[in-house]
Amino acid sequence: MSSPTRSPQDFATAISGGVGSSPQRPDGALKVTGEFAYSSDLWHEDMLWGATLRSPHPRARILGVDITEALGMPGVYAVLTHEDVPGRKFYGLEIVDQPVLAIDQVRYQGEAVAVVAADHPETARRAVAKIVVDYQVLQPVTDAWRAVFDPDCPAVHEAGNLVRHQPVRRGSADDPAVRARADVVVTGEYEVGMQDQAFLGTESGLAVPAEDGGVDLYVATQWLHVDQRQLAPCLGLPPAQVRLTLAGVGGAFGAREDLSMHVHACLLALRTGKPVKMVYSREESFFGHVHRHPARLRYEHGATRDGDLVYATAEVVLDGGAYASSTPAVVGVASSLGLGPYRIPHLAIDAYGAYTNNPPCGAMRGFGAVQACFAYESQMDKLAAALDMDPVDLRIRNAVSQGDVVATGQPIDMPMPMAEILRRVRAMPMPPDREAGSDVRTLPGGVANTTHGEGVVRGVGYGVGIKNICFSGGFDDYSTARVRLQVVGGEPSAVVHTAAAEVGQGLVTLKAQIARTELGIEKVTIQPADTTVGSAGSSSASRQSYMTGGAVKLACEAVREELFRLASRRLGREHDDLSLVGGKVVSRRHGVLAALVDVLGDEVIDQTREFRHRATEMLDPTRGQGSSHVQFAMCAHRAVVDVDVELGLVKVVELAAVQDVGKILNPQALEGQIHGGSAQGLGLAVMEEIQVADGKIRNPSFTDYLIPTILDMPPMRIEVLEHADPHAPYGLRGAGEPPTLSSTPAIVAAIRAATGLPLSRVPVRPEHITGT
Amino acid sequence: MDFLRPATLTDALAAKAEHPDAVPVAGGTDVLVELNFDRRRPPALLDLTGVAELAEWAPDGDVLRIGAGVPYSRIIGELGSRLPGLALASRTVGSPQIRNRGTVGGNLGSASPAGDAHPPLLASDAVVEVASIRGARQIPITEFFTGVKRNALAPDELITAFRVAPADGPQQFAKVGTRNAMVIAVCSFAIALHPSRCAVGTGVGSAAPTPRRAPAAEEFLAGELPWGSRRRLSDAVTRRFGELVASAAAPIDDVRGTADYRRHALSVMARRTLTWVWQEHCEGGWPACA
Repeated sequence: MSSPTRSPQDFATAISGGVGSSPQRPDGALKVTGEFAYSSDLWHEDMLWGATLRSPHPRARILGVDITEALGMPGVYAVLTHEDVPGRKFYGLEIVDQPVLAIDQVRYQGEAVAVVAADHPETARRAVAKIVVDYQVLQPVTDAWRAVFDPDCPAVHEAGNLVRHQPVRRGSADDPAVRARADVVVTGEYEVGMQDQAFLGTESGLAVPAEDGGVDLYVATQWLHVDQRQLAPCLGLPPAQVRLTLAGVGGAFGAREDLSMHVHACLLALRTGKPVKMVYSREESFFGHVHRHPARLRYEHGATRDGDLVYATAEVVLDGGAYASSTPAVVGVASSLGLGPYRIPHLAIDAYGAYTNNPPCGAMRGFGAVQACFAYESQMDKLAAALDMDPVDLRIRNAVSQGDVVATGQPIDMPMPMAEILRRVRAMPMPPDREAGSDVRTLPGGVANTTHGEGVVRGVGYGVGIKNICFSGGFDDYSTARVRLQVVGGEPSAVVHTAAAEVGQGLVTLKAQIARTELGIEKVTIQPADTTVGSAGSSSASRQSYMTGGAVKLACEAVREELFRLASRRLGREHDDLSLVGGKVVSRRHGVLAALVDVLGDEVIDQTREFRHRATEMLDPTRGQGSSHVQFAMCAHRAVVDVDVELGLVKVVELAAVQDVGKILNPQALEGQIHGGSAQGLGLAVMEEIQVADGKIRNPSFTDYLIPTILDMPPMRIEVLEHADPHAPYGLRGAGEPPTLSSTPAIVAAIRAATGLPLSRVPVRPEHITGT
Repeated sequence: MDFLRPATLTDALAAKAEHPDAVPVAGGTDVLVELNFDRRRPPALLDLTGVAELAEWAPDGDVLRIGAGVPYSRIIGELGSRLPGLALASRTVGSPQIRNRGTVGGNLGSASPAGDAHPPLLASDAVVEVASIRGARQIPITEFFTGVKRNALAPDELITAFRVAPADGPQQFAKVGTRNAMVIAVCSFAIALHPSRCAVGTGVGSAAPTPRRAPAAEEFLAGELPWGSRRRLSDAVTRRFGELVASAAAPIDDVRGTADYRRHALSVMARRTLTWVWQEHCEGGWPACA
């Protein structure tokens, strides 16, 4: 006798490796043992090597390019300039403004001027050195603020230096009557240096000319279809003839959203009729991708004596460098989330994105929100000090929650436990005090033995941030998944095919987990990502669990429905209470009806689905109002640091984080995201900066662009909350970016607490602390 | 590019004489990076890792003779108690993998002002042993560095070893970098007390065109230290010592730090390391001068 109160799991054993578990990643062992094939490992019989000639000047006219000698070198197959681009000569993610190869002028140091294909990489490099370019060097535009506001500043592009200005207004922040209600006012000017994504696998790929006149490109990227959309017009080919397959990606963090070597390798392959491989060197890579926008930020906050925010203003100037890349979207985030997760009745935000002759800036983990978070959290600490209030109490008092609106007027219609994560992060146990005679590796300076405790002062600081998840501002964002179910070798087996880029985040693992859970089977194969299936959108904006996860779930549901129809037909009876558990078709009322294998027989069920998140709106151009975001995510950090106040060296002793993810899909991968995001925020706080002087990069190497080591990144305490978002698949919330936002201000707040210094710029350098 | 790989020192010296523009490679942790960055395209590389006698060390009378090819990890493991200053400096070199490859001989060959081994070698009066087919000679460490990344080697010479006395007193080394490991020195400092002769040795790294000693600081301290006693040093002495060390430097502003910061950090490191060595001295165990 069956009971309707029993769950399907009571009838059959659920499979392992589904949603909520941490199955081993398929690429894990290969990566650890060094056997994983990255895009730089690609090889083709008879292939050529491409190399790029780059401008040494940030701004110059090109009076002439002489390729004669380079072309005449033995082993050289082609030397191409902009004249050889068969189709559209420009590309761009949001604004088509970047030349495939420089035309008559260069706008940044490192801009590609010509490309060479040769039978050996060294020959290609030598040929590049033989190209003679006649430059008329011009004074570069290097100050973003001046680029936007000074009418006498030279224009980097004909249309001017403003990429986007987005104002956001609520209430009347400039009304003197409003301002008069504030008992305490704090102002601050902040600066964020240019951070690099510092992925370990440099830009690389292999273009293979095809018999149909098209090209097959194997490349490390974040979004195959947006590459295809930009490449095809430049190559003068229909999109169907530009086929992309994802090659092994050695990290991304936003730096692979734009084209790099893709178009050059394709041009060379089509011209020579031979496969062409390109791999950037580490130094070239610093010039080969966009960086995080440096920012200058001016803030003012007014509050009552009790600590209620009355008004706030923010001006954020983001340096987009020579080409737009994703600057418009970065401005969108910096404006809409520019004052953070706080209830502010009267506010005015202005975010600007500028063209300059500095290195181009675009996507990097948490874009727009990272820069603003450092400023608004610094302001909250400053305000708390002015009010003589606990900084966490001040934040909790003003934190938004479900039912509130954000600065753009968008209602928060999902759980928003800002106050709870702040309370929880504060309540976490503190690390023990430093002991006398501590190992130098636990002290500032580490193995370099600069202190045995002298000058070391401990500080504690907090930070919280808010980030939008998925693409915003009215963009038609979707992902496609194809799922095929059939019996293979007597076992039910599913194949999942999407074009979504696995960039190290573990999406390959998650897609299989979702298929296992939805189809109740163990065996799932993930097909390589390519453009033979519809777009999955970008592996960015913390969106792939939501979007491609959502698409795989949807396609599995379609497969399941078809299977249930098949089951009903085979069993000769309609059932409306079926589910798939442990390879069996289970009726809630009648228990196990049949094995999946028997229901399927020789049938192949093959379903493709597009998943869309709910629609969003563009911000209105004058007051920046509109429901522009899909979902909000949040994380809070507490940083405990030891600062050697005499030498200005910092040891982050511990980072504690509380994050709400709606639903934990893979605990291990999630922990990795929180660790990694926090580490990237730590890097921005204390060491990571591309130093640019007069438009030129001074430290294009891992010798001088420092990223945290294991002695810099402390152990973490992590607590994860699961307040489900009713709009999202499984109730999940994107998780990759939020930890990157709040760790930076938390660490800087802790350094301020230890030193008593205002510290308005990141990364904090030793001389900022010592004053020398 | 030619790749020469001699198996004996005799062959290596012959190869160097025949190819004076060949660049010697020991661990490759400097040279190969330069090649990768395309900063250097030497006509030939002279790989010394096949020359077994370069990777040996042994006592030679009162001193230790340490082959140029002994890697940092062996200096730490095998010579740490006899050369504590050099071992401390060696621990700050790169990562474990780099310390397994990199050698003091290579550091001397590169002669970078930021070479981590240089300050402790300066502080303990090391002597660099070089050889060519013309014969061998010994160059005092203070005469070895001749300019930014330049040393006293003739084109046909190779560094075969360095000679240094085992510590006859406490030694310390400290290095400032903007990361807690795997970092090139913003500046560094080494100190060695020689209680048996009431002398002090110092070495300043990454704060002048070459690594250098701070002679005025050494002289001041040798005169001020209450050698025979276990008295705590006065703040005036440690502070003055720090100032004199800082004034011995001639740093520049660069991507790793400012000149002012380097001077400041040197004075702090000098004060602190002095305090540590003096405390160790007071704890006893080292022979004292009259």
